[in-house]
Amino acid sequence: MVAPDLGKLHRDKLALWLLVLVLLAAALFISLVVGVAIGSTNISPGTVFGVFTGSVTDKTIVSIVMDIRLPRVVLGAVVGAALAIAGVAMQGVFRNPMASPSILGISAGAAFGASLAIVLGLSVLSGSFAVPIMSFIFCLGTMLLVYGISRTGGIVPVETLLLAGIAVGSLFAALVSFMQYVAGEKLASIVIWLMGGLGGASWNQVLIATPLVIAGSLLMSLYARDLNLMTIGEEHASSLGVDTQKVILVLMVATSVVVAAAVSFSGIIGFVGLIIPHMIRMMVGPDHRILMPASILAGASFMIVTDAFARVVMAPAELPVGIVTAMLGAPFFLYLLRRRRHMMGW
Amino acid sequence: MRLRVQGVEFGYKSVPVLEDVGFEAEAGEVVGVLGPNGSGKTTLLKCMNKALKPKAGSVMVDEREISGLARKEVAKEMGVVPQNSGVNFPFTALEIVLMGRGPSLGRFQMEGENDLEIARKAMQTADVLDLAGRPMTELSGGEKQRVIIARALAQTPKILLLDEPTLHLDVNHQLEILDMVTQLAERDNLTVVMVSHDLNLAARYCDKILLLQRGRLVAAGRVPDVLTPENMEKVFKIRAETNYDAQVGAYAVNILGYLPRENGRVQGKSA
Repeated sequence: MVAPDLGKLHRDKLALWLLVLVLLAAALFISLVVGVAIGSTNISPGTVFGVFTGSVTDKTIVSIVMDIRLPRVVLGAVVGAALAIAGVAMQGVFRNPMASPSILGISAGAAFGASLAIVLGLSVLSGSFAVPIMSFIFCLGTMLLVYGISRTGGIVPVETLLLAGIAVGSLFAALVSFMQYVAGEKLASIVIWLMGGLGGASWNQVLIATPLVIAGSLLMSLYARDLNLMTIGEEHASSLGVDTQKVILVLMVATSVVVAAAVSFSGIIGFVGLIIPHMIRMMVGPDHRILMPASILAGASFMIVTDAFARVVMAPAELPVGIVTAMLGAPFFLYLLRRRRHMMGW
Repeated sequence: MRLRVQGVEFGYKSVPVLEDVGFEAEAGEVVGVLGPNGSGKTTLLKCMNKALKPKAGSVMVDEREISGLARKEVAKEMGVVPQNSGVNFPFTALEIVLMGRGPSLGRFQMEGENDLEIARKAMQTADVLDLAGRPMTELSGGEKQRVIIARALAQTPKILLLDEPTLHLDVNHQLEILDMVTQLAERDNLTVVMVSHDLNLAARYCDKILLLQRGRLVAAGRVPDVLTPENMEKVFKIRAETNYDAQVGAYAVNILGYLPRENGRVQGKSA
């Protein structure tokens, strides 16, 4: 057998990474334009493009595109990107391809925060941001609680973290059920928030969520190579100079910030953090240095497309996008489980 | 490179795991760490590469103390092959080996030609060059272990620490791995410290043996001086003797039987 040319193997891999990034960036751009074009009044992609470049000046169309459609599409992109990279980080930290932000209980924590805000009628006091603020606070709080419970003798074993996350998540899920039980006429608001959707998107929300998601993602990408080592084992990582405890803490905080920023405006949108990292891993392999940027791009496109679908499938009614992602995601995941078990090394 | 361990103590909470352990190893030497379960072998290895911080004592690499070095600096001096761990993600063998270059790279720096050349040499030494493009999840136990050794070699270490490198491998692969490790020690003047459960293989391949019992060093030195019938009876509760096997050209431990437990219910199988 002729020894393989390592340089070629390496260059081919980098070429594939670049190709995938370019294709995903193109896909994101196309979904942006198409996502804005699709809706109750269809606007042609050409016109959308015209609004972007300033050649279309019709006030109604400009208003629909810039004030209604675009903020929703951009928020969708930010939410999708956030959920996808959070999934990548959690799967790496837990060395478990089934892990997602919900496994730490932080989604359930956010849900409790939101339902609390709705039931207590906090929006009367502090305006329309009460629900996002409460879900944000509870998202981070849940993460700190789970981390604090898991910490014994200065270290945080991954297995303990996982179990604590599941237990705390179940507790918050029960509390959410309780809030629904006592919600009375506010029940509908809670249920709709829990289903997840981008209906109320505004530029203000985009302006708040985007910097948080970017900051969290940058923080995670600092540790991409360390995460590679941690997926093959903490002992490997520490023998190669990685401070594994620090990496776990930083990634958990970054994940919580990113997830909190996303779900506080969109509600619970499941499966994005599970499907996207898997699809990308199948394309480019398990290296987090490509997995992270590629998942951001793919998650953003995926969210825009599913949201567009949710808007038109039952028009004029609008389907909560969380239902769409779950209906697409769960069967896809089962398919992965059956078909790709060996390839993914499960 | 000379490795000097002095008075190392370690404990989890209040339970002492290592007490006053010290030894020296010269460049080119292969040191075996032996002892029953729970004697502190792996803990000693972890204290040596700074994965754990000893409560007392020092680990010196030449004249530098590792407690004063950054983790990354330690990783440039010491390559570690941990106990067999399942690799859950389909990294290729080449990607795994290139991870050994991590400590020498900046945070966002990609591996360059120089790193690929070092990886190529390491993979050639560990005889895994043919596997470069294959995912780890498809490799056999012996192949995986050789890839992990290549990764450790890609760190271009002066000291190699191995934790039961032959665990779960068949006899053929056990000999193959240990032949490779001892040749490396000789050829590249590597200092090798290796934890093992296999008395016979340790006797055959190591220049020096450390015998641990409940966190204390019972004996240290050349194979026939340490693996004496008395020591093996005391530490492992077996009857055994160490002889020079002229056919192999190395020492061999002949295990004759084990001692009945204190309550006398378990009977030793007599030879």
